[in-house]
Amino acid sequence: MPFNPKHILSIKSLTAEEINFILNTADSFKEINTRQIKKVPTLRGKTIVNLFFEASTRTRTSFEIAGKRLSADTVNISASSSSVVKGETLEDTAQNIEAMHPDIIVMRHSASGACDYLAERLNCSVINAGDGTHEHPSQALLDAFTIRQHKGEIKGLTVTIAGDIAHSRVVRSNIYCLNKLGAKVKIAGPRTMLPPGLEKLGCEVHHNLKDAITDADCIMMLRIQRERQGKTLIPSLREYSRFFGLNDNNLQLAKDDAIVLHPGPMNRGVEISSSVADGKQNVILDQVENGVAVRMALLYLVAGGEKLQDS
Amino acid sequence: MKILIKNGRMIDPANQIDAIQDILVENGIITSVAAAINTEAEDIIDASGLLITPGLVDIHTHLRDPGQEYKEDIISGTRAAAAGGITSLACMPNTSPVNDSLAITKYIIAKAKEEGSANVFPIACISKGMKGEVLAEMGELKEGGCVGFSDDGVPVSNGELMRRAFEYADTFAMPIISHAEDLSLVGTGCMNEGSVATELGLKGIPWVAEDAATAREIMLAEFTGGRLHVCHVSTKGSVDLVRQGKARGVRVSCEATPHHFTLTDEAVRGYNTNAKMNPPLRSQEDVDAIHAGLADGTIDAIATDHAPHHYDEKNVEFAAAMNGIIGLESLLPLSLKLVEDGVVNMNQVISLLTDRPARIIGIDRGTLSVGAVADITLIDPQLEWEFALEGLHSKSKNTPFSGWKMKGAAVRTLLAGKTVFERSL
Amino acid sequence: MSVETIEILGSEGVQRALTRIAHEILEKNSGVDDLLLIGIRTGGAYLATQLQQKISEIEGASVSMGIIDVTMYRDDLGSRNNLEVGQSYIRVPVTDKKVILVDDVLYTGRTIRAALEAVIALGRPQNIQLAILVDRGHRELPIRPDYIGRNIPTAQNEQIRVDFDDNNTAQAVHLLRS
Repeated sequence: MPFNPKHILSIKSLTAEEINFILNTADSFKEINTRQIKKVPTLRGKTIVNLFFEASTRTRTSFEIAGKRLSADTVNISASSSSVVKGETLEDTAQNIEAMHPDIIVMRHSASGACDYLAERLNCSVINAGDGTHEHPSQALLDAFTIRQHKGEIKGLTVTIAGDIAHSRVVRSNIYCLNKLGAKVKIAGPRTMLPPGLEKLGCEVHHNLKDAITDADCIMMLRIQRERQGKTLIPSLREYSRFFGLNDNNLQLAKDDAIVLHPGPMNRGVEISSSVADGKQNVILDQVENGVAVRMALLYLVAGGEKLQDS
Repeated sequence: MKILIKNGRMIDPANQIDAIQDILVENGIITSVAAAINTEAEDIIDASGLLITPGLVDIHTHLRDPGQEYKEDIISGTRAAAAGGITSLACMPNTSPVNDSLAITKYIIAKAKEEGSANVFPIACISKGMKGEVLAEMGELKEGGCVGFSDDGVPVSNGELMRRAFEYADTFAMPIISHAEDLSLVGTGCMNEGSVATELGLKGIPWVAEDAATAREIMLAEFTGGRLHVCHVSTKGSVDLVRQGKARGVRVSCEATPHHFTLTDEAVRGYNTNAKMNPPLRSQEDVDAIHAGLADGTIDAIATDHAPHHYDEKNVEFAAAMNGIIGLESLLPLSLKLVEDGVVNMNQVISLLTDRPARIIGIDRGTLSVGAVADITLIDPQLEWEFALEGLHSKSKNTPFSGWKMKGAAVRTLLAGKTVFERSL
Repeated sequence: MSVETIEILGSEGVQRALTRIAHEILEKNSGVDDLLLIGIRTGGAYLATQLQQKISEIEGASVSMGIIDVTMYRDDLGSRNNLEVGQSYIRVPVTDKKVILVDDVLYTGRTIRAALEAVIALGRPQNIQLAILVDRGHRELPIRPDYIGRNIPTAQNEQIRVDFDDNNTAQAVHLLRS
């Protein structure tokens, strides 16, 4: 199957076949990360710019390591050191970077649609590393990769995602990704954190965490993003934890072999108790490990093929 | 100077005329309307196949003058109006500085009179500086030529101030024109709250932000006995509230914009900043309710909310883009589309564009009565054309209708008998 | 466009060539000590499996084997449209091993160059040798095989196809001429 996308902007625009191709490619790259010399020359001579308008140690580091293990030259630009503070527009910033001829720009931005905006205006490839509350495709892919690693097949599984759905970019990408791969997705959270029309994305919506996790194969807890929300969505973290936190008690409602995922960073004692976060069902560090392989696959697929010669 | 317009279908809703009539204009005044006028004239216009209507009246525009002339000014804005068949427009006071003083009002009127291609009627602020704290000097502003009061874009949240605004404006028989929105419910929202916003990951503006504010304004108008005009209704709820208010005898009128009765929030897909405005494009159910309101008379006028913005202000991330679109040159074809789609008939739509809006702001325009100023628009209702950005007269090009196939256009616009626009065919 | 297919080796011919290569490997390396067969995906991997069997039949001792995918080491990433990349399985360290790279057809030598880099990335072998079922010529790099099943001089417009059955056993070698 030929699949060499110019950009990776969303999961919504990918087919199940393409998602599986990415995951299979990631399988091949995963082995490199366990070698003594963790480097292949695949992207030698390619330049990757990690353009991060929002702080994100985890995703940025993961993309940076992925690029370096493929021998690409990676440059990190973060908002605090960029010209954004000087009032430069996104288009101007991006065009200035493009004038230095990078092959790929990996971008994180606080505005939904910012990556689509950039991709329309630049010649180089763009990979969305999270745009506002829209999508975060590489996260959904590494989640699917991790689920596949533990469950063999995603088809037929029940995956519960709980937390601040309204402010989560991860959740949209995950709903699309898991649906396309044949899983059933249940969403749970207080009504203040559930945007309208969520069902239309392809999920079942619950207001009670216990209902949502009963018989689940996978449970994904989202971070309560304190920095994003006003003070009106939940009365306190204490109350949130009591009704929507995952702990040893309610985890028993899920299947015995259920796995627990978290895109990180975790708020221990809020959405996830320490005992679950450290428990045997958690696969959170697998997610981080797999993140590098999945991002290597994305960089490889975006850099390969004839399209870069065209532009 | 005599002008004779012959053989056209004259639609003058104020006088309930819809017939083939000839019109004689002498020195800028309509002096005769009859089935066949045979007299000498310097200019004889053959209007066969055309509609002869009163010059259109748009009671909601932003001319950006003074202060933001890089977006639009009185000259370019009125030229765009003339090209759209509009001869009279009311301009909102959110200029820079805002129009809360006689000086600004006089500047606008004088500049429009000297260099404009349309009549300009300023709307002044409700509150000084549009700050929502102290009432503007409404009596003097009326004397200066203002036709209504509005803090458009920055609605007055203080209930007490709004109550006093209704009472005080009514002292001078002036309407309060309200951009009805509860800003605390709008928050940082940037499009209609609903499944499209959820999918795009954009913060929504719920319909209740508009409905709750509309309900308060209607109740304040009812309580004070003052006169209320509700700007750009975009939700089913506000149409219903106005309908119920009218039924109770509240002195309330309202307007709808072409974009709110033509588009839904689906237009935002692709993060199209030219589909970003306030109030936002809503759902199909809301569009249907606006159609019903236009048909049953609940909605009194079609107004553009012409809101020019520079390219740079729209060529940004969706959330960072300015609200609003231009509308003067798309008003007529999008309104005529309502007739084509069977929503209203031709007489209704011309009335929504002429005499009814004129009545809201209390101006003696929007009619072809003998003795009236000869503001006349000749419309070819069958003309098919493409809405191309290159042909626009406005300084700004922020419109979601670029490339649309339109039907119906003004072919000649007369302002007090003087041709201010003639379409090259 | 018609394609002419000519059989160069049948099933028996292929088996005889592999048996001979197995003998040559054992002879040159004086047995199986420190030997590591590495097949290049996908044809070379199948052949390496067969060589492994033959060597153990001849010598009565097992020899280690691995599979390598050289896609990540190729020099033509930008011009290829099939970006499928397979997994490598090499369970034993390559350092100080006598590595026998196995591939089905040797042509420009670019795949072997990539394979050499891939192996060296994993460690420092004692030496690397090259076993090939068919050498069709047209080298673009200074690469020479140590063990050759069959030399088949070809024209640029010809192709060599090695057929495998469902058990991944080599059945025949064909020359395709278009």
